Amino acid sequence: MTISEHFRRWLYEDDGLDREIEHSITASSEHDGLTPEAFARLENEYDEKHHALVLEEEKQHERMHEWAETRGKRLLRTLYRLLAFLMLGIISYFLITTVISLPPFGAADNLYNNEVSQRYIEQGIPETGAVNFVAGMILDYRAFDTFGESTVLFVAACSVLILLKLGDHGKDEKPTKAMLEAEWDDRHYEPKNDGILQLAAKVLVPVILLYGFYVVLNGHLSPGGGFSGGAIMGAGLILYLNAFGFAKAGRLFTFKTFRWVTFLSLMTYAGLKSYSFFTGANHIESGIPLGTPGAILSSGLILPLNICVGFIVMCTMYAFYTLFRKGGMS
Amino acid sequence: MPFVQNVPFFSIMLCMVCGVMSAMLSGRVAKWVTVALSAAVAALNLWLTLDLWANHRSFVYWMGHFPAPWGNELRGGLVESTLAVCFSLIMMLSVAGGMRKLDQQVGKKLNLICVMLDLVLAAMMSMLYTNDLFTGYVFIEIMTLTACALIMSRQNGRTLVSAMRYMIMSLLGSGLTLLAITITYNVTGHLLMENIHDTLYELHRSGNYAVPITTIIGLFFVGLGIKSALYPFHTWLPDSYGYSTPAASAVLSSIISKAYIFLLIKILLRVVGLTVVSGSHAMDLMFVLGIVGMMMGSINAIGSHDLRRMVAFSSVAQIGYIYAGMGLGIRAGFVAAIFHMIMHAFAKSALFISASGLSEVSGNSKRFSDLRGAGFRHPTAGVCFTVAAMSLVGVPVLAGFTAKLYLSDAALTAGGWKMWTLLIALAVSTLLNVLYLMKTVITLYRPAREGFVDPGYKSGKLATCAMWGFVIVNILVGLMAHPIAEAIRSGLAMFD
Repeated sequence: MTISEHFRRWLYEDDGLDREIEHSITASSEHDGLTPEAFARLENEYDEKHHALVLEEEKQHERMHEWAETRGKRLLRTLYRLLAFLMLGIISYFLITTVISLPPFGAADNLYNNEVSQRYIEQGIPETGAVNFVAGMILDYRAFDTFGESTVLFVAACSVLILLKLGDHGKDEKPTKAMLEAEWDDRHYEPKNDGILQLAAKVLVPVILLYGFYVVLNGHLSPGGGFSGGAIMGAGLILYLNAFGFAKAGRLFTFKTFRWVTFLSLMTYAGLKSYSFFTGANHIESGIPLGTPGAILSSGLILPLNICVGFIVMCTMYAFYTLFRKGGMS
Repeated sequence: MPFVQNVPFFSIMLCMVCGVMSAMLSGRVAKWVTVALSAAVAALNLWLTLDLWANHRSFVYWMGHFPAPWGNELRGGLVESTLAVCFSLIMMLSVAGGMRKLDQQVGKKLNLICVMLDLVLAAMMSMLYTNDLFTGYVFIEIMTLTACALIMSRQNGRTLVSAMRYMIMSLLGSGLTLLAITITYNVTGHLLMENIHDTLYELHRSGNYAVPITTIIGLFFVGLGIKSALYPFHTWLPDSYGYSTPAASAVLSSIISKAYIFLLIKILLRVVGLTVVSGSHAMDLMFVLGIVGMMMGSINAIGSHDLRRMVAFSSVAQIGYIYAGMGLGIRAGFVAAIFHMIMHAFAKSALFISASGLSEVSGNSKRFSDLRGAGFRHPTAGVCFTVAAMSLVGVPVLAGFTAKLYLSDAALTAGGWKMWTLLIALAVSTLLNVLYLMKTVITLYRPAREGFVDPGYKSGKLATCAMWGFVIVNILVGLMAHPIAEAIRSGLAMFD
């Protein structure tokens, strides 16, 4: 094929289909005046020619690709590995040199020991009312970032829902095949009525949940807060589910609970912080009492925000577990 | 403080609240919430743009009761607000135009896809307006997850595989970006952009930490380059743009990749600073990769037999233009890059939406041989596709022409080897663009293949309106090229 033919073919995108049709039309018109025998002979001839052509083409194809299939492939693989190692070497060289030339860890005259951390430590308690500096930092000074982080969890849960959630939980809806299969898999692979596990869970789960809630509530007073407390509560729920199965866990926590708790927590966070952001930016007194540092009801918005974050983390953890296990919560 | 300066805060919070709310709504309501939300955000930001344009200023906005290095802070300027208007308009038109396909392809989980769309808008707004590197990173995370969910919104094997590939590549990009932020914090002790800039400038002059500063630029560049599909890192792009639902493709190509590029521009200009950046060889690398991308994207587009994949590969080429403009290392180059970004965002979303309309009237086929005559079967989509394609090629009056003009102008200002390379590359890649885009337009207006059975598909009123909206907006951007570029120029001047 010449270049111009190639170009025409590409431009019209006919992928040979048109020409084939045309060919068959002209071929049939040529044969109009022939006797059936002559036609059959012609057809036979044509078939043989075609067959020979195909064989020839296949041979050519093989010859052309022999090198690429064997030695070429090996060469490419070696080249690829060599280049990969070369790139890795260059990148590691740069990163290691960077790390070596960074300021020594923890030295007093490092540039990150500056007015930023100084104010967090010195002014943290009077300005935020939180004895735990970290809580003051993430939920008051930089609360917008933390709202973003909670939304990351929410988005992650929603993405997993899109990917793994099987069917909707309408009452009159028939379970789909995928749901039945998931149910069967769950019965088959997960332990049922394990006495030791159930007894341990009976003792442990209330304690774990209570402890998680304690960590959340004391986030502004001691190390902990929404993220760690929420993770503990989520672990407690997962343990309960493992011991008693979906039917019993469903009495405590369903998909509806998940939706409402996440929604309300994020909305509360957004509402409270919007008020605080808006008043702060427009230099209006917010009128939120800070209370006495150290008391349980102190530090302004940090306590309710911690509770919101804790619920979000708990729901996300539980949702991840159930969705990956069975694609649903009941 | 004038009340209009609350607009960035309102648009971010509105998007996030609507996103969270959409999880509780039914899909039927949620999709309209998304459209209304984008319209409202566009209007709000237009108000802000006009105000900033009249008063010629930028401002900072405290997110809370504490000033900047301690609390979070937003910063509004002309570039940010102009881009916010453009992107929210695109979101509105894309969702409206792709709504019927969303209904068909997503089904029951539509409300969750709307959550993702709303949060894309929120993340985009925050990445535009943030003045803090870490806030930027938090919203990069949100953007990554939402993008993944959008790719797999239509669940078949291909989208799942491409979502997985996107996830791996994109997380690598996030990781490199986080590494860059960590090193920056280690060296300067700040996360606020102005403070980092001042400290880095001092360090640069004293010659301390020369290696970490180069590494920072390189890591930001590669990290965000992977996420915005710069040429050698583009392998996730064709499949994920080519097979997801049209609205998602439009949003991915026009908003998500652009938000990362803008964040990179902001980091280069506001965090590292033009003086440090232009002396770094990372910019040369950026330039070269941009030029290679311009060529390779177009060549791959010429070779593809599928309309959507062709449009997707053309994105690689256009991203190459943007990076080549940035790689010039001068302010005019950044202005040209941002203008090109706006042009490409409008044109590409129009192409994706109209392409879906065109393949619908051709029996849902994306092969060119079936698409013959689609321009007659669906006149609006044909016109929309033609206008957007002409804009990308660079036909005068449309924005693509002006974008190329600004790029070559910036190349002339830069001089040296970059000038010649960029000018020649522009000429060649314009020819390549003509080859594949005009071929498609010709195909659309050729008589249909013999034996083609018209499926008799009627397009919806809403999609038609959205496509006309795209036509109007594309022409408007071309006509208003000068004021837009002026806004970008004065906005960038306010960056330091």
